[in-house]
Amino acid sequence: MTQFFLYSAVALTVIIAVPLIRVVKGPTVYDRVVGANTIATKTIVLICLIGYLFDRVDMFIDITLAYAVLGFIGSLAIAKLLSRED
Amino acid sequence: MATAQMIACVTLVILGMGFMLVGSIGILRLPDFFSRTHATSKSDTLGVMLVIAGLIVFEGFTQSSLKLVFIEIFIALSNPVGTHALGRAALKSRVKPLLTGRVPRGES
Repeated sequence: MTQFFLYSAVALTVIIAVPLIRVVKGPTVYDRVVGANTIATKTIVLICLIGYLFDRVDMFIDITLAYAVLGFIGSLAIAKLLSRED
Repeated sequence: MATAQMIACVTLVILGMGFMLVGSIGILRLPDFFSRTHATSKSDTLGVMLVIAGLIVFEGFTQSSLKLVFIEIFIALSNPVGTHALGRAALKSRVKPLLTGRVPRGES
């Protein structure tokens, strides 16, 4: 079962690398922010899987909760910054 | 570990991985900003929720499983809200949709 989680983590790393292309070449700044938001959402799952690989699930789940809250607040702050009227 | 539990865990994790892969390809391939927000808000939320549900099935009734339930509720609430805020910001600063080519009425 640990091996299944290892393979899932590797596949998830490949999946996370795909929106990075959109972050690099996005036409507007909103495309880049959406790509970064997607990467932040998928990293939550990656941290959970790494916790199962290291057998320290309780500690890694606390890290995951803090990371989820920080990613959400950062996304809202960037949206608030970008939504200023011209 | 029971075999049925293991089969359910593997099925949920692989389903969630499939949804997240579709969301990533949608982010890369869709032609417009607003359709890209469609990809990131719906399919990514469902994929993350399915993978964490698989981890809950693997874990059983423990304290870590309760925290995973909290993470799942938080993802279901926060990810569409953040994407909606970004789409609203783009609409306010006059990013044009692809098909109609004009800013919809009501905003700005």
